[in-house]
Amino acid sequence: MTTLSERILGAPAGEYVDRPVDRAYVHDGTGVLTLEAWRALESGGIACPDRNYVLFDHIIPANTSTTADLQNELRKFARGAGMHFSDIGDGICHQLMGEGTALPGEIIVGADSHTCTLGAFGAFATGVGATDMAVVWASGSTWFRVPETIGIFLSGRLSGHTEAKDLALTYVSRLGMDGATYRALEFIGDGTAHLSMDSRMTLCNLAVETGAKTGLCYADEVTVGHLEAFGSTASPQTPPACTYEQELHFDLGDIVPVIAVPPRVDAILPVPDLCGLPLDQVFVGTCTNGRYEDLSRFASIVRGKKVSVRTIVAPASRSVLGEAARTGILSDILAAGCTVIPPGCGPCLGAHMGVIGEGEVCLSTANRNFRNRMGVGGEIYLSSVSTAAASALAGEIAIPGGDE
Amino acid sequence: MKVEGRAVCLGPDIDTDLIIAGRYLRTKDRKIWATHVFEDLDPSLAGRLGGSVIIAGKNFGCGSSREQAAVALKEAGVVCIIAPSFARIFFRNAINLGLPLAQADLSCREGELVVVDLSAGIVTAGEFSREIPSLSPRMLEILAAGGLVQHWRKRE
Ligand code: SF4
Repeated sequence: MTTLSERILGAPAGEYVDRPVDRAYVHDGTGVLTLEAWRALESGGIACPDRNYVLFDHIIPANTSTTADLQNELRKFARGAGMHFSDIGDGICHQLMGEGTALPGEIIVGADSHTCTLGAFGAFATGVGATDMAVVWASGSTWFRVPETIGIFLSGRLSGHTEAKDLALTYVSRLGMDGATYRALEFIGDGTAHLSMDSRMTLCNLAVETGAKTGLCYADEVTVGHLEAFGSTASPQTPPACTYEQELHFDLGDIVPVIAVPPRVDAILPVPDLCGLPLDQVFVGTCTNGRYEDLSRFASIVRGKKVSVRTIVAPASRSVLGEAARTGILSDILAAGCTVIPPGCGPCLGAHMGVIGEGEVCLSTANRNFRNRMGVGGEIYLSSVSTAAASALAGEIAIPGGDE
Repeated sequence: MKVEGRAVCLGPDIDTDLIIAGRYLRTKDRKIWATHVFEDLDPSLAGRLGGSVIIAGKNFGCGSSREQAAVALKEAGVVCIIAPSFARIFFRNAINLGLPLAQADLSCREGELVVVDLSAGIVTAGEFSREIPSLSPRMLEILAAGGLVQHWRKRE
């Protein structure tokens, strides 16, 4: 039987195929280079403007006049070309595409490596570079090598203060930073069915940290319900019994809170091993962990208390922020002494709003802890939201739920 | 298609943040990327890349999709990169820019002359020669055209 990637791309693993894409998106970071490459093509047009999205999230609001000029050029172009355009503050591209736009069975390319996040909807979603994207703008299609698939079987349920992020870091560590290069990951089994869409997006988000082309979950009632809430309709996909190139099995009940130690995403330790490590900053947000479920979890831990280290919270989108305001968790987060920044990538890529200094240590809920990523000479530890919340209160790495 | 250059040796898992840091992305000036390439790894490297063949460890180019990483290397004068494996987005980006890549696990001697024959699938470093897996026909075509933009324009 065929894997989900083979089914969507319509060919067996190993084959090269040309396929029209259902959706293609760029952000303010990669869009500028895409526009340059597209101009160099001199193709004269955009094949399907309606399938293209330009979403500003990386450096928003603009931090320098150079950034502002580059953004203005792209903003004007996107609007003029009739593409969908999301301006500053709407949210992170992957999150926005996950709010009712990406649908099961679609082929989606994004000029960003974490496009794999949308595999959570049962779409084939993968990152491409600017020149590939320029050809997608011009022709509406691109080529793929149909990937082999690693099946990740999940059973049981996460317990206590353990989150999908802990599971994600655990599978990344099991596979290693290049353990799934050129492959797709498929998350299957009862354990997946129990995960919310927010959690599934976290799970698929980290697929690229193993080198994978994408990570996918089969669409089910949870997916359909999530899409309905955003006014979109979809049907569930039935997982066939298929043979995977490799299988990994996880009992979610065995997963424990972990932290990825810089500078590798696959170097994890159980949180207790790092307890007491002093922190200079805590950052909660990003396309990995800035969704409503994350903010709500964070608020439930810091509610009525005060953080003892500078803590930045970035909601993944305007609708996440709106929901947090409506339900009151935003007030809890503010009252705890956190700094809330506009929906977007925030300091994740080390360009603005929360860059760390020489010798500083940040505990972040993001997906990358590469050397100097958030600032020259600074170190990034990666954790779940619950671990970040407990640690923000303690001012040092702390066990989530440790004070209960 | 044949390229040659002097070996520059690098380790495994070189990520795109190390190739070109996020703080240099906000520009269209390719020279800036070439000047700051590998700055956080070894600031002296950028000056040594003209006419070089990078021989690196596994998983070269992992991380972000930023095409600036491949542009920076090309602009700095790198003629080919050899590694046991590459991250897939970086792989596509490099080929799309006309920067050849070769898959091989080579021991590297700094400064040694390396010749990569992409059509024949042979890499020669000093006395030593070995076969490398050939690129897909489409990738060879793109490389021969000088990159995806040129390849596309020819097709039109
Ligand atoms: S939040 Fe971070 S990882 Fe996600 S798209 Fe933005 S910069 Fe990339």
